[in-house]
Amino acid sequence: MRLLRGRDLVCQQAVELVTDYLEGALSRSARRRFEAHLAGCPHCTEYLAQMRETISLTGRVAPEDLTPQMRDEFVDLYRRWQSEQQ
Amino acid sequence: MSRSLFWRGRRPARPILAMMESDGDLLLRLRSGDERAFVGLVERYHEPMVRLAASFVPSQAVAEEVVQDTWLAVLRGLAGFEGRSSLKTWLFAICVNQARKTGTREHRSIPVADPEPVVDPSRFDASGGWSAPPEHWIEVAEGRMEAGKLADRIRTWIDVLPARQREVVLLRDVEGMSGEEVCAVLALSDANQRVLLHRGRSRLRQLF
Repeated sequence: MRLLRGRDLVCQQAVELVTDYLEGALSRSARRRFEAHLAGCPHCTEYLAQMRETISLTGRVAPEDLTPQMRDEFVDLYRRWQSEQQ
Repeated sequence: MSRSLFWRGRRPARPILAMMESDGDLLLRLRSGDERAFVGLVERYHEPMVRLAASFVPSQAVAEEVVQDTWLAVLRGLAGFEGRSSLKTWLFAICVNQARKTGTREHRSIPVADPEPVVDPSRFDASGGWSAPPEHWIEVAEGRMEAGKLADRIRTWIDVLPARQREVVLLRDVEGMSGEEVCAVLALSDANQRVLLHRGRSRLRQLF
């Protein structure tokens, strides 16, 4: 990856690699450099923790409940379909 | 240690659904003609599919129609579903196909090269280090989530993401599908899927 050639990562580069890091899509050397940067950078460590937290919170958004009216409509849909089967 | 800290990372992604029966069990009951199994499936996936469909079509009303058609297609296709993908992947793929047939938005491949930065460049100094580092908010957000005050806001934030980012975030992070499954459902390359996920998640992070 272009950003990773040469010397140590800077923060502005590290934040662009977070998703590839979490997805396991970085090369071994890129991963090592990313982790080396994190080890010395509390702000990017915080940034990574926030990205993980964002994923966790998003994953806890449950579907909204159906209204009773919609429920009834789907029961009707199912019964119509079933009667077509016979 | 606060309760929210203890729970972080240890609870199932969707605690309500985790207590419900698996998709596989629902499928078995559905195939045996159990009406309640169908309603159970609708309760689980109707609203998420409407939100996904809405990114392809001009209005909420059209998205609702698309998903109505999806459910009918699901019932009709049920006998032929061979389980080569997960039930969820199959459902969302039908939904996306229905939405694409209806929608007007063109689905062209997006360029991956030179993506826009996900963090405002003004937050970094000339050497690329943070000049305005991220402020800590994790425990506050956990507390608001526990108190039931955050889920609605997150839904709203996801709904205003650019359409393609929204689709990927919905399927990956709300529905918990794998990258591979999302690529199949949305017909994306792995690299594009990751770029969209990266931009979408990064944008959401800034909103907390």
